[in-house]
Amino acid sequence: MIFPWLWRVMPGPAWVRVLMLMLLIAALVAALFQWVFPWVSVTFDIQDQNVEAGP
Amino acid sequence: MSTEAPASSPPASPRRRGSRAFDHTLALVGELLIIAGAVIGLYVVWQLFYTDVIADREQQEVLDGLDWAYTPDSSPITAATSAPEEGPEVLGPGQMLSAETAPVMEEPEFGTTFATMYVPRWGTDYVKPISEGTTRREILDVLGIGHYEDTGMPGAFGNFAVSAHRTTYGKPFNRIAELQEGDALVIQTEDTWYVYRVTDHLIVLPTQVEVIAPNPYVIGGEADGRYITLTTCHPMYSAAERYIVHGELEYWAPVGDAVPPEIVEEVEQP
Repeated sequence: MIFPWLWRVMPGPAWVRVLMLMLLIAALVAALFQWVFPWVSVTFDIQDQNVEAGP
Repeated sequence: MSTEAPASSPPASPRRRGSRAFDHTLALVGELLIIAGAVIGLYVVWQLFYTDVIADREQQEVLDGLDWAYTPDSSPITAATSAPEEGPEVLGPGQMLSAETAPVMEEPEFGTTFATMYVPRWGTDYVKPISEGTTRREILDVLGIGHYEDTGMPGAFGNFAVSAHRTTYGKPFNRIAELQEGDALVIQTEDTWYVYRVTDHLIVLPTQVEVIAPNPYVIGGEADGRYITLTTCHPMYSAAERYIVHGELEYWAPVGDAVPPEIVEEVEQP
């Protein structure tokens, strides 16, 4: 399982692991906000405001 | 509390081994679903809130970089005069020049911010930059309002067509549905003020490109006026249709000490 596995592979006492987990989550969220979500939004055209020829 | 819950704790019997593998798979699927739910929730937060934060900041920086642009609170014009509290000087009737003589600048390169837009109906503090091009990633998601390439420039005999987000990314055209016939749409370029008046609005399909044609009223028709066209999405948060506002040039004036009276007149806000 992902979460128990993550907990097991991390070294150090519990508070170090919690800190590392929080950093990991922060990094993941930052990557999503910076690269993944803009790409999804543009690629799938969830909202658009231009008029353009074609379908 | 121990996190240790490995497979070795209960005595393994051959009958249970298959069901344990099934339990593990189920738990993994559950975890993946939890993660997917969190990611989708984050996407909503990003789209609805975070893009506004980033784009507002970006567009403000663009405005700050335009030293010729009039900004309602810290205008270069008012800063030069001794009484900034009185607001900027406004154009007199004699300084409003006929639309027929309006100067037209050359179309700039893709990505260049060449004008600012003021819409008193949306508040006297409303000002957004207009840049060349209408791609999302380079223009609309970051710089605000985009000018359709190869449509007329401000003041042109033809159609000056611009596009912007109605929701998210700083939402420059958020309140487009509040515009009424006769409302002023004011454009400033480095040298010239252009004051347009709203004539009508309509809702069209995304493929109806005739709304940004030189003559938006006659399909395939020759240009017959100096129009402005605003396009944005409709309904809000959707890509199903487009909300279109047309306007026509009323007058122009060279950029100088005075600003068009329209942009300092308060329009009652809802």
